This record gives sequence, structure tokens and C-alpha cells, in this order.
Amino acid sequence: MQRVLRTASPAAWLFPVLLTLSHTAADAQVNLAGVWNNLQILHEDEPERLPGPELGDYLGVPINPAARYRADAWDASLITLPEYQCRVHPSDYVPSFAGLRIWEEFDKDTQQLIAIHTHHFAWGTERTIWMDGRPHPPEYALHTSQGFSTGKWEGDALAVTTTHLKEGWIRRNGLPRSDRAVVTEHFIRHGENLTIMTVIRDPAYLTEPFIRTRDYIYEVGGQIAPFPCESVEEIVRPKGVIPHHLPGTNTFLDEFPAKHGIPPQAARGGADTMYPEYQDKIRETAPAAKAAAK
Amino acid sequence: MNRRSLLPLLLANTGLIFAQSQDSEVHVLPAQGNIYMIVGAGGNITVQAGKDGVLVVDTGLASMSDKALAAIKTISSGPIRYIVNTHYHADHTGGNEKIRLAGSTIVGANVTGDIKDAGEGAAILSHINVINRMSAPTGAQAPSPAAGWPTSTFLSDQKKLYFNGEGIDILHQPAAHTDGDSIVFFRRSDVISTGDIFTTTNYPIIDLAAGGSIQGTIDALQKIVDLIVPVYGQEGGTLVIPGHGRLCDFGDVLNFREMTIIIRDRIQSMIKKGMTLEQVKAARPTQDYDPLYGSATGFWTTDKFVEAVYKSLKSDK
Repeated sequence: MQRVLRTASPAAWLFPVLLTLSHTAADAQVNLAGVWNNLQILHEDEPERLPGPELGDYLGVPINPAARYRADAWDASLITLPEYQCRVHPSDYVPSFAGLRIWEEFDKDTQQLIAIHTHHFAWGTERTIWMDGRPHPPEYALHTSQGFSTGKWEGDALAVTTTHLKEGWIRRNGLPRSDRAVVTEHFIRHGENLTIMTVIRDPAYLTEPFIRTRDYIYEVGGQIAPFPCESVEEIVRPKGVIPHHLPGTNTFLDEFPAKHGIPPQAARGGADTMYPEYQDKIRETAPAAKAAAK
Repeated sequence: MNRRSLLPLLLANTGLIFAQSQDSEVHVLPAQGNIYMIVGAGGNITVQAGKDGVLVVDTGLASMSDKALAAIKTISSGPIRYIVNTHYHADHTGGNEKIRLAGSTIVGANVTGDIKDAGEGAAILSHINVINRMSAPTGAQAPSPAAGWPTSTFLSDQKKLYFNGEGIDILHQPAAHTDGDSIVFFRRSDVISTGDIFTTTNYPIIDLAAGGSIQGTIDALQKIVDLIVPVYGQEGGTLVIPGHGRLCDFGDVLNFREMTIIIRDRIQSMIKKGMTLEQVKAARPTQDYDPLYGSATGFWTTDKFVEAVYKSLKSDK
């Protein structure tokens, strides 16, 4: 090896050096491309990832009274309506589900990164994260479930800002997220692991930003299955019926705190229920709640 | 665009209208196919442009008509042939006169030479209840200038046109926002222009004095839902241009319909319990949707919406 170096022309050894430097300069980033899965770690936030959260569980979510009132009225029978059956998960919720393909789109000539695309197994949602510095559209443009996303590298993390979201949900138990929300995400790769941290700021329904993370593991040779969805009439109803609970009539709300011995006021959520000191309040009242449940 | 800064306009002779002119500028947004949306001129304006010329759905406020016309000209230099009015309110018909005069109607056959001005100005189409509310019996003061009245009206529930290579359904929706509402469905472009039956900026505006009703509004929203075919789930496919607010699709209309039905149900339940209007208002049956659609000021407050729903439901009994 030493001999080779001694005899090589400057061009011969400079080329790989320049190649390395140019590669570093252009791609001060981590390659996120590939298939990522979370099937091995579904125990993380398992209720959110599979069966869905319990009705009336608003604990730890910084909702305002309007969001609480709306969630109380929500009836799971809503998704028996044909027009609601294939409604896709919004981009700030879909990371809860298995299977994510990420791929990059480069300009052929300049090799500049134009966009990063994602495809989630759940409902086959696809999304483009624009990396070319384009502005977000005007407010009067179409909103979609995946929104309009732009990204930039912050060190080795991909930071994404998403606007133009269609109304969605914070949790699958009726907690709403409005179409005015702005979502920021960080895609952080640690070797074979990927963490997506999502921060939701919603001036309509949240009093503070709501933060959650979802983890994935790189899957060599991973594939994403199709996700067809065809709506059917599950229940024959007249047109114009929307299942919901009238104020004060939703008896399911009591089940969650009773089952887990949580003070009912804690289950109602709000910003203070996010913080560790709120546990002191729970300790003061939990025994009474458990006794009441028995 | 600030969605909450609706400017209350009290135009005494035009009934319930509102403006969305947030920055006093007019913007053009391509929807899909031959269809464009113009925002900022009052109510949204829908423009269909093609080889036959230009068809415009609603014309915005009179005060914004120069800007609206300039915006239309950026889309097409072709002749404006048709204006369709979704209802009579001045934020949707105020530009009729100026935009009509910028266009022309194709005339010929036995009319040629007999009626010299027959080809002057675009045709203005609407349901007959629109002209009934814009005009007045002979001798009485009309609420709006005659030059902006519809020139061709229909009495039934539908009028059909074929223009710029696509079929266009103008579908009357009785007793919704008013008694003269029409939605306009561009079948090839796959776009629906709804007028004020559907908006994204406020609760449904129910002009009771002009024959509007909560049930008619819900029925009209259902009609829009029935016409839409999304690509997948609740997205894409048919696009919807609301009377005010942003470009929409299926999911947006579903959300608005859901809100309207839920609030109708709540107020109906309260009426059945014998609650008075003041008691219903105090119970705040809209409180979960107020961050999205509510307003304490302006011409269409949350209180006025609740009152309109209450009175509309009471009158149905």
C-alpha cells in the first residue's frame, strides 16, 4: 500500500479525497432511504398503534375545553359510515402504524436533493417532503391528510415543517386536531433505528404543543404490502345521520378512569396532565378512585 | 390570509352578505381541469376557461369588480360568455354589471338585427328566486341595479349547459342558504362550486328572511357529498370551491356536514326539552366548533347562527 502511494500521481490520490470531501459537503445528512418497520417494538404505545386508545382517555394531552367537549361527543360508530371507512390517517398520526418506506429524489444532473418521499403501509399514504427550499402554498390552497411538507437538515436530523393539513385527530378516540395545526417533525437515525418525533401546534384545540415519538427498525429487504380499502354499507341508515353523543349522555367516558383507578379529572386531560408533578395530584386522589371503582 | 378577519358589511339592500377581503388583493388559484378559483373579491369566484370563452360563477363585491375582472383576464383573454349566480347576495353578485359588460353573448338567427343590443354583455344565469330577490315590482325600488340582474333564469331544479368541452349542471338547492341557491358542477373538470351553502370560514349562514333553513342546508350539503367521488378515502377526485375560504375536497365537505348535523341535533334535542332560545344559547351547543367557525363579532356571530338554527327548527314543527 505504501508503495502504491509513493508511485501514484497526485491526480490518482487527490480524486478519492475530493470525492470524499464533495460527498460530505453535499450530503451533510443521514441517508434515511429504505424500509423501516416497528413490528418488533409494537409494545411502545401499543394501544395507540393497534387497538386504539380507550374512550375518554385524554390523559397527557394538552387539549382545551373545546377539544374535550368534541371528543366527549364522538361516537366510534361514526366510522361505520361508508364515507368514513377509508379515511386515511393524517401524516402526524400515521407513524403509529407499521411499515414505512422512505426514498429520496435527486436532480439527475446536479444530484441535489429535491425531495424525500414516504409511503406508509397504513392506508398507503404517500407524502412528499420538499427539500429544494420552495415556499409553502397560500392558505387558500387545498389541505390534505398529509399536508404540505418542507424539510431541512439540522445536523444529522431531518427537520420537517408541515402545513395545509386537513382536519385530523390527535388520538383515535375523538380528540380532534384542526386544519390550522402546524406540525414539526424530526427524523433521527441512530444506526439501524429511526425515531420520528412529532410536535403538533394547534391553535384551535391545543393549549401547548403536543409531542410524541415513534420508533422504527431498519429492515433489510423490507417490503410494504398494498393497503386496499373499499367502503361498504355496514349499517343501513337514512342519509344525513351522523352518530354522536349528545352533551352529557356519553356513559363510556367513565370506563377508562374506573378501570385504571385514575381520578376522573386526570382522564379529562389538559396541559397540566402532561407534567410529572401532576402525579402528585393523582397520588392524592387515586385511592379514592380505586375504591369507587370497586 | 387571515381567516378570522371577516369584514362586516352592512349593505342595507343586499341582505346577508360578508366579505373575505383580507388583504384587499385578488388571487388566482388553479383548481383542476378548466377551473380556477379567484379569492379576495368578496365571495369566491369560479372561472371556467377554454376554447369557447369564459364562464364565471359569481362575481364578488361591486367594489372589487375591477380587480376580479383583471384576475379573470390573467386566466383567459377569451370572451366572457356566461355568469352563473349561486344566490343573490351582493358579495356574490356585486360584480355582475361590470363583468357582464366585459363579455358578450353569441346571438344570431331571427334575433339578428331585430334586437341590437342582444349580444352585448355576457348572459347571467340563475334560479328565478335570485332575480326575484334582486329586483322589485314595477314602481318599487329594486334592491340592486337592473344592469346586474340575471338575464336568463330557470324555474326547475336543474339547468344544463355544455361549454368549453364539458357538461355543466346548475343544480337548485331549495331553502338552504337562501331559497335561490344553486351549486354548479363541472362534470369533466370534476369541480363543484357551492356558493355559500358550504364555506370554510364560518358556521352555515342561514338567511331565514330569504327562505333559508337548517334542514335545507343539510340537504344541500348532502347533495354535494353525493356528487363527489374521491380518489381514495376522503381525498382528491372531485374538488370543491366553497363560497368563502379555501379550496376543498370530499373530506372538508364531510367535516362541515358533520358539524352542521351535530349542532342541528343538539339544538333539536334542547327544543324537545322545552328550552328557550336564551337557554339554548347559554348552553353553548357549538362550543367545540367555535374555535373553527365561531365569531363573537361581525355580521354572522355564533349567537346568530344558533338563533337561526333554533328558529328554523321551530318553524318546521
